[in-house]
Amino acid sequence: MHEKPIIGVLALQGCVDRHRPHIEAAGASFCAVKTPKEFEAVDALILPGGESTTMLKLIDTFGLEEPLKKVFAAKPVWGICAGSILMADKVSNPIQKSFSLMPITMERNGYGRQLESHNAVVEGFEVSFIRAPVVKAVNDNVEILASHEGVPVWLRSGQYMATTFHPELTLDYPSPMHQVFVGMVG
Amino acid sequence: MTQGNTTSGNVINLKTGLAEMLKGGVIMDVVTADQAKVAEDAGAVAVMALERVPSDIRAAGGVARMSPPELVEEIMAAVSIPVMAKCRIGHFAEAQILEAIGVDYIDESEVLTPADEDYHIDKQQFKVPFVCGATCLAEGLRRIGEGAALIRTKGEPGTGNIVEAVRHLREINQDLKRVLQLDDSELMTEAKDLGAPFELLKIVRDGGGLPVPNFAAGGIATPADAALCMQLGAQSVFVGSGIFKSEDPAAFAKAIVKATAHFDDPKMVLEASKGLGEAMRGTEISEIEEPMRMAKRGW
Repeated sequence: MHEKPIIGVLALQGCVDRHRPHIEAAGASFCAVKTPKEFEAVDALILPGGESTTMLKLIDTFGLEEPLKKVFAAKPVWGICAGSILMADKVSNPIQKSFSLMPITMERNGYGRQLESHNAVVEGFEVSFIRAPVVKAVNDNVEILASHEGVPVWLRSGQYMATTFHPELTLDYPSPMHQVFVGMVG
Repeated sequence: MTQGNTTSGNVINLKTGLAEMLKGGVIMDVVTADQAKVAEDAGAVAVMALERVPSDIRAAGGVARMSPPELVEEIMAAVSIPVMAKCRIGHFAEAQILEAIGVDYIDESEVLTPADEDYHIDKQQFKVPFVCGATCLAEGLRRIGEGAALIRTKGEPGTGNIVEAVRHLREINQDLKRVLQLDDSELMTEAKDLGAPFELLKIVRDGGGLPVPNFAAGGIATPADAALCMQLGAQSVFVGSGIFKSEDPAAFAKAIVKATAHFDDPKMVLEASKGLGEAMRGTEISEIEEPMRMAKRGW
């Protein structure tokens, strides 16, 4: 086995540093990335939680769409909450742009506003749903790794993984989701 | 399983969890649904729904209260990003109304006229998260002790003058440096001297920093101001009058978002600083009469 894989976290805006202890405990290296040059150095990329509209705006402003598409084509990508919205095929509430990495349809803030944010146990691990999106439709070739209240919340297809919840806010390291993602590298 | 605002075991509580999602972003004061759209289109991570921005509150004088509920609802309907709203210090009934409206965050704010000179709101009683202002570590810890899930500097709102926000960020940094070096026997004396809860001081010492995020607010008017606050350790910035009192609000909003995302890259901040037109007209702090010094409200 070669050196530790480097997991990049897109650091334009959102919850970035909370991933470090999970990634390191899963046996990989953490790296916050903002520029095309930094994208090249990572083995896999996390699109973190935050505000999807802000991230879309910054990707456009800084001309990062093409460089990110290169990463998307070549490397494992995990979208969390806002990040999972960016990976979807279609987005509602409101309709907005997305990168169609996974054949899923997402409703933004599907549970409601902050007062509807909640914790839940997913695969034996307590996680947070914060103004979370809801998966409204899934294509057959998407593997559902976990559901919560009958709705898929952890999904995978090929080199892509999505969670509508935040395992990085749990302080037991590493989360099962980080372990699976690091396992998808190489 | 846990209820909304509490946590079992080892999960960061949901109130602070939302603050974690707002990191690296800009939260903008807006007074209409149209301004809220401008803010969202510029890449704001959240908006603060207000009847008047702080500089207009200063100009208007009188008692500044919570915004009318219809205005907050209108702004909530206009954008998909989180919406915050302000209540007066100690005015828990205003906070109850804002929670009933369903806002995403309440700012118990010195920008409004305080309702209680002795007691801040018992924020543990609410499911909605609170952000509060602080001028130093001890003040931040007192608010966290009452249940605040996010701390921001007070700065001197509505002035377009960054000096007070810088003072508060530096104060917090200096306090942190000192506290992180204390041993157990020194910690109680420090708690007594600072007037900060001992248990929280211990959490700071053991955890190596504040237990909730710390954002900058009060006087941010340019991309460079945002970059300065972020380099001094703020994790996001609130911009009040700085955007909609500038010559070109949409341009200023976008520029401050850009500068906040790349706060540590001077070339990017330079790029963001070009072609903006005039920033809001600022106010020298010494020109402000003592009763209108907002940073001195609350304790």
